[in-house]
Amino acid sequence: MSDPPSAKVLEIDGLNVSLSGRRVLDQVSFSVGAGEFTGLIGTNGAGKTTLMRTVLGMQAHDSGSIHLLGRPRSRRSHVIGYVPQKANLDPDLPMRARDLVGLGLDGHRLGVPVRTRQRNAAVEESLAAVGAESFADSRVGQLSGGEQQRVLIAHAIISRPRLLLLDEPLANLDLHSGQEVVSLLAGIAADQNVAVLLSAHEINPLLPVMDRVVYLANGRAASGTTEEVIKTEVLSALYGHHVDVISVHGRILVVAGHEGLDHLTMSHDEVAG
Amino acid sequence: MRWFIEPGFWSSAPVQVALAIGGASAVVSAVVGVFTVLRGQSFAGHALTDVSTAGGSGALLLGVSPIIGFVGLGIIGAGVMDAIGVRRLRGRDLATGIVLGASIALAALVLYLDSTSRATTGATQQILFGSIFTIQSSTVPVVVGLGLAALALVATLYRPLLLSTVGPEMAAARGVPERLVGVLFMAAMAVAVGLSSLTIGAILSTALLIGPAAASIRLTRRIGWSLALAAVLGVAACWLGVLLAYDSYYWTSAHRAVPVSFFIVALVFCFYLASGLGVRTRRHPDGRRAGPGPGTPVAGAGALTTRPPGA
Amino acid sequence: MFSSFMTNAWTVATIVAAIAGVVGFFVVLRGAAFPAHAIPNGAFAGAAAANVWGFDPLVGLTVCAVLAALGIGTLGRRGRHDVATALALVMMLAVGAVFLGLSQEYEPAVYSLLFGEVLGVSSSELLPVAGLALICLAAVSVLYRPLLLSSVASEMGEAKGLRSYWIDMAFLIVLALATAMTVPVVGALLIFSLMIGPPAAARAYTGRPGLAILLSVAIALLTVWSAIALSYLSNWPVGFFVGVTSALAYATGRTWSRWSRSRSGKVSFPH
Repeated sequence: MSDPPSAKVLEIDGLNVSLSGRRVLDQVSFSVGAGEFTGLIGTNGAGKTTLMRTVLGMQAHDSGSIHLLGRPRSRRSHVIGYVPQKANLDPDLPMRARDLVGLGLDGHRLGVPVRTRQRNAAVEESLAAVGAESFADSRVGQLSGGEQQRVLIAHAIISRPRLLLLDEPLANLDLHSGQEVVSLLAGIAADQNVAVLLSAHEINPLLPVMDRVVYLANGRAASGTTEEVIKTEVLSALYGHHVDVISVHGRILVVAGHEGLDHLTMSHDEVAG
Repeated sequence: MRWFIEPGFWSSAPVQVALAIGGASAVVSAVVGVFTVLRGQSFAGHALTDVSTAGGSGALLLGVSPIIGFVGLGIIGAGVMDAIGVRRLRGRDLATGIVLGASIALAALVLYLDSTSRATTGATQQILFGSIFTIQSSTVPVVVGLGLAALALVATLYRPLLLSTVGPEMAAARGVPERLVGVLFMAAMAVAVGLSSLTIGAILSTALLIGPAAASIRLTRRIGWSLALAAVLGVAACWLGVLLAYDSYYWTSAHRAVPVSFFIVALVFCFYLASGLGVRTRRHPDGRRAGPGPGTPVAGAGALTTRPPGA
Repeated sequence: MFSSFMTNAWTVATIVAAIAGVVGFFVVLRGAAFPAHAIPNGAFAGAAAANVWGFDPLVGLTVCAVLAALGIGTLGRRGRHDVATALALVMMLAVGAVFLGLSQEYEPAVYSLLFGEVLGVSSSELLPVAGLALICLAAVSVLYRPLLLSSVASEMGEAKGLRSYWIDMAFLIVLALATAMTVPVVGALLIFSLMIGPPAAARAYTGRPGLAILLSVAIALLTVWSAIALSYLSNWPVGFFVGVTSALAYATGRTWSRWSRSRSGKVSFPH
């Protein structure tokens, strides 16, 4: 069944979520289209994980709507691929990387997996897409962080989802690995026409590939292109107090301060003395 | 082989029943046990052995069939644990402990009332330590039938259970009703554990649930192989234990046999230690250990970290 | 029930509750409910051995409790902690079963060891019990800050260093001593519930460690005193009342926590 022509893959409208009596997400609205790479930016505790869990259906929302491919979110949506920040990959878990990827295809079906040629081919293809062939037969809990993440991405994309959610994939990676993952994901977004929504607390690694950004602060969100959203006025309105957005050699810095930067500069005498 | 197997072993009816029941319990426990260990639910598994034992002693008092007591209270206990249950390991263990404590308290009362009402002695020991050599052969078909049912449930839940064990959010993304799967698995655990506790006692039940599974997990790279190896180890420990217990009758002139539970548990323990030797160097690159440590959240344990540059 | 021959029972009960309340606070904090259940079960083997070879049961309980603690600690270092606890537990129970078979232990004696006995501690043992209690308290006060800190650190799932291992081990041994001295009164199978119910309730009420410990001791005292009184009156086992009261304390704590959470938006129950 084809999608309505102009439907976005993910549409969130007026979402309100509370945890333990505290309002975590406040009238959040944005949308993500097929093939678009969207960054969900916010500091720790801003509500990124809560937002993802709500889209996944693991967290109830007070009001607002979530639509996937034009239809309300339900457990049978089956269009989402999810890459968690951490998975229970104990060092002694008796599971090879390729087994974990295979579970992405039919892990939701009852019964025992049957290894058909078709299934194996799909697994091989997915592993190749993320460059994980060389460690496909290792215990998944023995892999390094970057390798595990590739396996988790392969697990998420094998079922050809329309929406790929990644929860802080860059959080524990060094700079180089982070860049590799970002370009890998950008490639997947383009090749498979997948909508990618990736959360991070640092915007700079995503700047080269990001089409749109959703910035979360104080439970509120602003969405649009980087130029539209990452501006002093917009972010200050979100935070509720003045912040400065500084651009240095193409890298962006968001600095908090009540009166802007002026009061932070020292006079010549203070520096010298 | 005469020096190893004492006379009359194969022809003894209690031995035959013990081998059959023990073997069946071992297989069911091993299969359920692999998932129990992977899910970090060893405490719940052990708690259920004591809970179902309490049910068994209650059945004794009420004159009801013991199977209903053992399996029934086990399922209720599992349900309560899940109902109280919270996501994080610490809270979950606390809830498990409280349910266990309440069940043992009830068992204490039941045993007391039973001993005063019927002047039976040795009931406490019988219930807690079980006796593999005194099982009625008429219970064999029921036990096997329920055991097969538990296995069938686990086989049906296999894929969603595995996925939700590895990553609850990953399972949720695929539309798996992860809470329901967890509850159903605990029901299977309750049945498996209830049957074991009934036939071979609470101690052995825990040992056969956890030990072979934990050993085989370390030694295999695929879940299917883990399940098979755990079953093999469990049956081996059981049969060898029965044999040694039978033989021990002849070891001393006093003709006191060493309890079979000791041999089986000791064998299981040895298998576990041996499996640890084999994997001495297997640790995660950043030093992370397997399984939930005291106080670690179970879902999401273990960060995705890389080696520090240059390490 | 307040006659002279019961003075001993009340004294011991008070000591037991105090220790259980203090050590139990850390049991709940560290999520050590399983070891708290396993160690006294292991100690049971020591009492059985004491009966066979005719030495003081308290010595047997203490030695085996410590053995169980050491077993859990060393096995748990290399493998999953809960697996280690389960296997150490059954191994010691199996050994205890052997000793039981060797001895002439009568049913009532076994029963009271497992489920508690109002007159479980004779007056000659009062001094050793008090001594063990003092050792426990001293150890807890020395380990106080490291225990609190390491519980927070393990939340983050960090790789455990050697120092953390020694703290874990030290705590397990304190737990062993605490359970050994409390088993004769409350029973091997139910002493652990005294160490989780009251402290959980206390922590539901307050997050401040000092106050929580005091409250934990208070609730434990109430639990044990009422258990002794009710057991004396009804002849039902002490352990039964302890187990049921602890469960009630836990339930009260959770309900209180839910109620106050819906009012203020804060979460204080240990979970």
